[in-house]
Amino acid sequence: MTTTTDPTKESFRLSQLIYDTRYRSMTIQVVAMIGFMAMFAWLISNTVANLQALGKDFNFGFLTVRAGYDINQSLIEYSSNSTHFRASLTGLLNTLLVAFLGCILATVVGVIAGVLRLSKNWLTARLMTVYVESFRNIPVLLWIIAFFAVLTEATPAPNAFRGEAPEASMWLNGTLAVTNRGTYVPNPTWHAGSSVVVVVFLASIIGIWAFGRYSARRQERTGEILPNVWIKLAIFFVPTLLAYFIMGRPVGLDYPELQGFNFQGGLHLRNSLIALWLALSFYTGAFIAENVRAGILAVSKGQTEAAYALGIRPSRTMRLVILPQALRVIIPPLISQYLNLTKNSSLAIAVGYMDLRSTLGGITLNQTGRELECMLLMMLIYLIISLLISSAMNVYNKSVKLKER
Amino acid sequence: MSDLHAHNLAFVRDKMLPESEPPITERGAVKWVRENLFSGYLNSILTVVSIYVIYVILSHILPWLLNSVWVANSLEECRQIRDTVNEGEPSACFAVITERWKQLLYGFYPAESYWRANLSFVLLFVALAPILFDNLPRKLLWFSGLYPFLAFWLIWGGSIWLPISVLAGFVIAYVAFNLLERFGGLAGAIAAFVVPILWWLFLAGPVADAIHSILPIGMEVANSKQIGGFMISVIIGLAGIVLSLPIGIVLALGRQSDLFIVKTICVGFIEFIRGVPLITLLFTASLLLNYFLPPGTNFDIVLRVVIMVTLFAAAYMAETIRGGLAALPKGQYEAADSLGLDYWKAQRLIIMPQALKISIPGIVNNFIGLFKDTTLVIFIGIFDMLGLTNTIRASTEWNGVYWELFIFVALVFWICCFGMSRYSQWLERKLQTEHR
Repeated sequence: MTTTTDPTKESFRLSQLIYDTRYRSMTIQVVAMIGFMAMFAWLISNTVANLQALGKDFNFGFLTVRAGYDINQSLIEYSSNSTHFRASLTGLLNTLLVAFLGCILATVVGVIAGVLRLSKNWLTARLMTVYVESFRNIPVLLWIIAFFAVLTEATPAPNAFRGEAPEASMWLNGTLAVTNRGTYVPNPTWHAGSSVVVVVFLASIIGIWAFGRYSARRQERTGEILPNVWIKLAIFFVPTLLAYFIMGRPVGLDYPELQGFNFQGGLHLRNSLIALWLALSFYTGAFIAENVRAGILAVSKGQTEAAYALGIRPSRTMRLVILPQALRVIIPPLISQYLNLTKNSSLAIAVGYMDLRSTLGGITLNQTGRELECMLLMMLIYLIISLLISSAMNVYNKSVKLKER
Repeated sequence: MSDLHAHNLAFVRDKMLPESEPPITERGAVKWVRENLFSGYLNSILTVVSIYVIYVILSHILPWLLNSVWVANSLEECRQIRDTVNEGEPSACFAVITERWKQLLYGFYPAESYWRANLSFVLLFVALAPILFDNLPRKLLWFSGLYPFLAFWLIWGGSIWLPISVLAGFVIAYVAFNLLERFGGLAGAIAAFVVPILWWLFLAGPVADAIHSILPIGMEVANSKQIGGFMISVIIGLAGIVLSLPIGIVLALGRQSDLFIVKTICVGFIEFIRGVPLITLLFTASLLLNYFLPPGTNFDIVLRVVIMVTLFAAAYMAETIRGGLAALPKGQYEAADSLGLDYWKAQRLIIMPQALKISIPGIVNNFIGLFKDTTLVIFIGIFDMLGLTNTIRASTEWNGVYWELFIFVALVFWICCFGMSRYSQWLERKLQTEHR
């Protein structure tokens, strides 16, 4: 005789939606969804009503209209006759330019400062502590304005370079002029045949990568270690230099020269760009320095000792044992520092650098009076940049992450 | 053999020699210098480079600082003093600070009301003390709860009944919860949520006005436009961080939850806010907020900024608290479940106290970041310290003063931020030892 009975089929009661854990999560989600939709609908209906009251519509047609303003630095062809779209694109490229340069310099500064802060040299470690603490604890906007003030107030005017005994002189053997109108650096000029040099250079980069793989496989097979560094350096320099001389030196440098009241030739880097670039780099570099320091400290001393006990040389210990483990700690905060730098580049407005904020979110917005479209578009672009950077760095993070099995 | 002893052997010393000092290179300052500054090639190069860098910086700044002029009425006068007294040596003109420091701290706040700002600043520390240091009497937390309303009244002035009637909303929420709880916990929770909102939206203002007309107690109203300088940074920073804490907790829990829709909404919000620069949110506050709210709504710019800054800080706060939640061992969650606690009880009694404790240093760091970011409000026409440096430079007397103002602003920020970061490090160490 079986004692088990089928559970009685309960009829569904409405109160189960709240008190039965099987249904409750569904209820909460539906309520949350409805609430979210309601709020969204409320915002949109408000916006529609407000736009109607102002007699405005919502379209992005203004992007194809002539912009009518100048942008003092553009990486692509731009004139005041170009469209607002092109103006925004110019601004976006300027943002990306300063973000890209900033990330590189910030990494270099941060790594150097972070390592030196751990150095046994008392004086250097203290100096780096002062650098890190002073940059970390003062707003980046102040640094941007201060760097700009240094560049515009404390540097000589171009006409100070003139005459037999000029008050100011160019740096680096007369190739670089720092003036209050900007910095002039040599500009590479590309003559016929220079494309060959570039192609050879790119090919040699691929060659270095291929050689690295070959030498790693060879080491795994035979245990022999090739003099990797020297061979890679040779691949880097020799083919490019050969191509350079064979093609008859097609790549030259155009040096800036003082003509009249200003420098001519060379590449003119505006003070706004340099101030923004340096301030963002040094500010973010201070944070990166702390991340690097934390990463190195996070690798326990036993790892170094174990590597020495295995007879691995100090340089290889650093490269093969310490760095891979430290990088795992350093990379995630480094990603967010890069993101911060990119977002902080929107402070360019303080020094008049024409970035996305100053073109699309500044002059275009003011000229067309389309706040809603401009702001939404700008937020969207920043969001996409952020997501791209973080996903790219996450891919890299995955490759250095501890492989757990 | 037995008579071989030290006293009858000429070549065995029977007296201890006095200890001689270690060689000069192995003691005192010389040893320290050798070990810390010149222990190898690289180290020596670093030392020389460091000394050079320090020399360059100091040689430029020190004379300028030492010759500084502290009393003058204009930059012109400063330069005259420099030329006559200091013989044309470069000299800082800190007279601008002596004359304008009040403006840098308070903005255009009326001078006869400075005591109100000062009082609320002092009371701030009384309110913060029980939160920051856990060995103070817990009763003080009541004052911390009342403080925001008190500070609002002190700074903005006006009728005292407005903050009191807003405060009454919480009392009403408590009463409503107790009344309706007998119909079930959910009804109580909904009542505690809905009733005060209705109160604040429709009744709080008229009731305050009504009481004020009967019993007028109040102070002179200070306009938001008058508030500036260091004061506005503190107000926006503190309001942002305090208001963002509850929102951040909810967002963090939402992000950790199993409910797909709730999780998606929370992740979307957090990633959106973290993906755009604060400055775009501030522009939204000044340009777009009017579009999103019912037609005809128009309110104070400082309040708008506080709303946007709160949303901004909430996203970062959520990530910090999520870190705290993730750092808790899984056993804590399982222990709470095995005790039969429901989700909210488990969060309130087991998870949150520990997770929040772990994330306090992160929260303080968030606050430092937010405090520094309050300088961005100059772009939407609020005069914080950095904005006021422009105002001061715009006057004829001080046209051309840069560094003295920057140094003052930087110093104020540095002291605040460095102090807070030291506090957070201290806290981190303290919390660490408790876990061992």
